[in-house]
Amino acid sequence: MSYDSMQEALERAAKEGISLGEAGLRAEVEQGLKTREQIEHSLQRALDVMRHAIAEGRKGHLRSVSGLVGGDAFKLAKAKGPLGGTLFTEVLANALAVQEVNAAMGVIVAAPTAGGAGVLPGVLLGLAKSNNLDDTTLIRGLAAAGLVGAVCAVRASLSGAEGGCQAETGAAAAMAAAAGVEVLGGTPEEAAHAVALTMQGTLGLVCDPLGGLVEIPCVYRNATGGAMALAGIEMALAGVRFPIPVDEVIDTMGEIGRNMDVRYRETAGGGLAATPTGRKLAKSRLVELKGTKRS
Amino acid sequence: MVSLLDIIGPVMVGPSSSHTAGACRIGLFARGMLGATPDKALVELHGSFARTGVGHGTDRAIAGGLLGFHPDDERLRGAVDEAATAGVVITFENTKLRGEHHPNTTRITVEQGKTKVTVIGSSIGAGRILITELDGYPVEISGSFPVLVIVAQDRPGIIAAISSALAAEETNISTMRVSRRQKGGDAIHVYELDAPATSAAIERIRALPAVKHVRAVDRVS
Repeated sequence: MSYDSMQEALERAAKEGISLGEAGLRAEVEQGLKTREQIEHSLQRALDVMRHAIAEGRKGHLRSVSGLVGGDAFKLAKAKGPLGGTLFTEVLANALAVQEVNAAMGVIVAAPTAGGAGVLPGVLLGLAKSNNLDDTTLIRGLAAAGLVGAVCAVRASLSGAEGGCQAETGAAAAMAAAAGVEVLGGTPEEAAHAVALTMQGTLGLVCDPLGGLVEIPCVYRNATGGAMALAGIEMALAGVRFPIPVDEVIDTMGEIGRNMDVRYRETAGGGLAATPTGRKLAKSRLVELKGTKRS
Repeated sequence: MVSLLDIIGPVMVGPSSSHTAGACRIGLFARGMLGATPDKALVELHGSFARTGVGHGTDRAIAGGLLGFHPDDERLRGAVDEAATAGVVITFENTKLRGEHHPNTTRITVEQGKTKVTVIGSSIGAGRILITELDGYPVEISGSFPVLVIVAQDRPGIIAAISSALAAEETNISTMRVSRRQKGGDAIHVYELDAPATSAAIERIRALPAVKHVRAVDRVS
């Protein structure tokens, strides 16, 4: 993968008459480190791990290392609210499921990071079910998502410690938006607008995990990240065009991250982590963890 | 250059790509530099690693890496206990490293018999790492390629001799970096390779009079 901008990838897609995911795959092959077959094999494995994590998490039996989270994906899978049984609750349940597995030190696919690992499988496998998509299509979706993530890595950041949660679940949501448009047959331009429309909604999001654990609010933020991606996909496919070019939106994420106070960058020094309840919960769980781990 | 598969991946044990998968890879690299399972390790955690590392399982992940476990190995969960059982004495300390470092950084000193190696590595996001210092020498190693680390006397022709030993085995150099503490002293050479160096190439390099140490470390993934 060698794109420094979404613009560069879009130009190639237009020139060669291919999708964004295909543009990502071709650039990855040209890097010369792996054959196309090897790359697709790795993406297939990622898809299988995502599916497995969703299935595990939705059973509802997992609890995180601290015991603070778990069992919510199961509740969503049975949701009876106004959106119960729709793609929307499916995405929420999937995203929660993957994050509950992650918090329990189970196996997931970092996409782009472990803290944001629920968003992309949440959206992609939600769409796979609602729209009956095959794995070949889903792999192209993963490639489109990977391309977006790589551009974010080059232009901004994918690390909560560097750029806050906007760089993790925010980037994941943007990636999922591109994947969603790709697998639904939208154009590369629509995918780019879905990225911009999604990311404008996650700009400024801080990383404020209780006690520094990837649990609260991370698990829930993956679900809301999935919702944000659905909003971006829906708007882009309806013809909404975001006026600020996607690369400038990604640059903005980087700029905000660089200026974000260290309290809001995964240090548990601010935000929800610093609330009275946040501190109390973290203290009660962390002391115990330290004692057992360092023995 | 960022690979698609760095973004959609790694497949890993949770909960944090920076604090768990990346930390495990730094541990694996330190183990690779030592060339064996350590008897003893001092793991110093800096920045966000120090502040939130325990909650993210950073200690378990580094311990797992030192034992040779990879980021997708479910044994990471119990790696601190497993190290103790295996007789590997690991001491964890919080520290503030001097100079500029990424927020997620650790200094790992591993020992096995009389061999001792000190590695400073940062977890720079999405499970990617950057080794920034080896035994006090500044380096830049991503861990994504097989690497050859050589300490040799700083004198003319040594780079040519090493690269021709690699070329003779048709091993391609991806990146290289040479640094030294002072002119005419020892220099450290780091070659990132497209394929692991063959034992013939390593023997040939080891036989060069100016060469003091050679260590081949496979990619850590």
